[in-house]
Amino acid sequence: MIGLSHYLIVSAVLFSIGLIGVLRRRNLLMLFFATEVMLNAVNIAFAAISHFYGDLTGQMFAFFVIAIAASEVAVGLGILIVLYKKHGSLDLDNLASMRG
Amino acid sequence: MEKLVYIALFAPLVSSLFAALFGMMPKKQFVGVVTSILLGISFVASAILAHYVYTTEEAIKVTLMDWIGAGDLHIPFGFVVDQVSVTMMTVVTLVSTVVHVYSNGYMDHDKSFNRFFSYLSAFVFSMMVLVMSDNFAGLFIGWEGVGVCSWLLIGFWYHKPDVSREENPSISPSWAANEAFIMNRIADLGMLVGLFIVYWNTGSLQYDEVFAQLPHLSGSVLNAAALALFIGAMGKSAQFPLHTWLTDAMEGPTPVSALIHAATMVTAGVFLVIRANPLFSMTPEISYFIAVLGTFVAFFAASMALVNRDLKRIIAFSTLSQLGYMFAAAGLGAYWIALFHLAAHAFFKALLFLGAGNVMHAMDDELDIFKMGGLKKVMKWTYLYMGLASLALAGIPPFAGFFSKDAIIETAFNEGTYILWAILVVTAGMTAFYSFRQVFLTFEGDERYKKYGFHPHEVYRYVLIAMSPLAILAVIAGFFKGSFEAFVTELLPEYHMSEHTHHLAWLLGLVVLAFAVGGIVLAYKKYAKGLKRDEALEATWYYKLLANQYYIPNLYEEFISKPYAMISDIFWNRVDMKIVDATVDGIAKFLYGTGDGARRMQTGNLSNYLNWMAVGAVLLLAVAAISAAIIG
Repeated sequence: MIGLSHYLIVSAVLFSIGLIGVLRRRNLLMLFFATEVMLNAVNIAFAAISHFYGDLTGQMFAFFVIAIAASEVAVGLGILIVLYKKHGSLDLDNLASMRG
Repeated sequence: MEKLVYIALFAPLVSSLFAALFGMMPKKQFVGVVTSILLGISFVASAILAHYVYTTEEAIKVTLMDWIGAGDLHIPFGFVVDQVSVTMMTVVTLVSTVVHVYSNGYMDHDKSFNRFFSYLSAFVFSMMVLVMSDNFAGLFIGWEGVGVCSWLLIGFWYHKPDVSREENPSISPSWAANEAFIMNRIADLGMLVGLFIVYWNTGSLQYDEVFAQLPHLSGSVLNAAALALFIGAMGKSAQFPLHTWLTDAMEGPTPVSALIHAATMVTAGVFLVIRANPLFSMTPEISYFIAVLGTFVAFFAASMALVNRDLKRIIAFSTLSQLGYMFAAAGLGAYWIALFHLAAHAFFKALLFLGAGNVMHAMDDELDIFKMGGLKKVMKWTYLYMGLASLALAGIPPFAGFFSKDAIIETAFNEGTYILWAILVVTAGMTAFYSFRQVFLTFEGDERYKKYGFHPHEVYRYVLIAMSPLAILAVIAGFFKGSFEAFVTELLPEYHMSEHTHHLAWLLGLVVLAFAVGGIVLAYKKYAKGLKRDEALEATWYYKLLANQYYIPNLYEEFISKPYAMISDIFWNRVDMKIVDATVDGIAKFLYGTGDGARRMQTGNLSNYLNWMAVGAVLLLAVAAISAAIIG
């Protein structure tokens, strides 16, 4: 039987993979993917807990997260295209113009 | 009548603001003329008010506006013109007008001519607020206002450098101004405490309400209030031990000395005692203390004047001495006599000072009377004026001083305080001696000034004419004693001599007169023929004691100023620099240090930032978990 804890473990594993992706990747596009992974990990947790309590608020919130994520990607990708046109690369190590 | 009250009060303010418009500009003659005219208007208004109060025998009360209203505290900006305040108003505006006209001549060559008139008129306005206010709060505002103007005017020549006491008995104007201000602050604390006591116990600061409440108060409260108020009066009227500022205040321009430090401001203390007479007559111990202190100061100041060589300081000591007389009278319950002496003294003392100003003007600001002599040939009008004023001061009939001072001395006899009486009589002789010592050394005898290369000359004619009202009043003011008594005793308690004193009055007057004439004759014998310095006398300890003002200024310097400077130095170097400043600097240094360290985090690499963010999130989570574990 697959219970709540299984879902939460999957969610935690996915979140960790996303977090490691955010920390280790150098390509901005990959960073976006990693962020999406983290958001969806949270969505899984929301849906699972919502089902566990029989309360639909959590699932509703997951929809909100998906909507926000979609708009974030739309804006983010636009910025990425501009950045790529300007610098010819999306490698973070080459984009360090704000060094203090 | 209400309009006249406002004209009398605000004409000096308008005058001051008008002169202030030109404050930074070079001399403008019309500033002096306009301010003098405005002061003249104020005088005329005061005189009409005086006549009105005299004929109708009723006080005028006006309320300009509500000033302070907070909770139960309600203080209106109100003014009262009654017998006492109208006397003060007339005296103040008259002397002020004369001094304003006089200053046109005296400050002729001064580059800050306009500024001077602005300050002088501002002083008159403050003084009018002081005397006209119908409550203690307004009086206090005027009290502080005259203090500030006095500070501004003593330090008028602030650019003059400091001179140490050892080289010169005088010091710098700015030093003297600060001394005067600080000494007055000390006394004003007493005054404030007095006001608080009055307010706490009566719930009001209006004179009439306060005085109506007095019979319900306990003796100790009354004593505390009277004593605290009198401490305020001691500072403003330069009574011992706060007297040293008055002689040092002579550093200011001479018209200032005449107006502020002789005729008006210094008498504010006496005015306060007279104004609060219901309070003081209910506290016989405090009143007796006032009388004793006044008598002591009268003698004490006169003794220092005996040997002083500084033209203005002699007159300043004499002012101190006469203030002592006024306090003696007020302390013995003869309030109207104190007020009478105040008015008469204002006339002849202002005249004396203005005469001294003429001499200074002629002698290029030289003040040492040992370097003068024989000036009567070139300055006969000034000699006449100063002679008249000195006769009045010495109490020779029929001049003003005779009537007022004799009444005070008679009061001391009438009260049975024979020791005070004896001291006051001796002081009257000393007064005559030092006044005429000064006059004879200045105007009679050999012309010592030639040796020092001075070319004295008489002042402008209009200045001499401007001084004439004071001269006339110094001569005739005494004849109005009877009507003055009838006028002010409408408000002030009457004071009658007993039958016994009444019978002896002529004898008492004769004793005083004998001392006064004796003083003059002695001065004539010693000094009129020329200055013969008596080296043996000058070397004696008592001569030195008097010449050094009983070493009191040195005492204050050694035991108050210097330790205070030392403590300040310790607090500055040890406490302020090492603790307060070090703490503030430490906080700043810590912030700089952490900022400098944290600067390295900003690599400009987004990946690094994300790593730091993750570290932060983990740390926050850890903190939340730990605190939850502890609290849970």
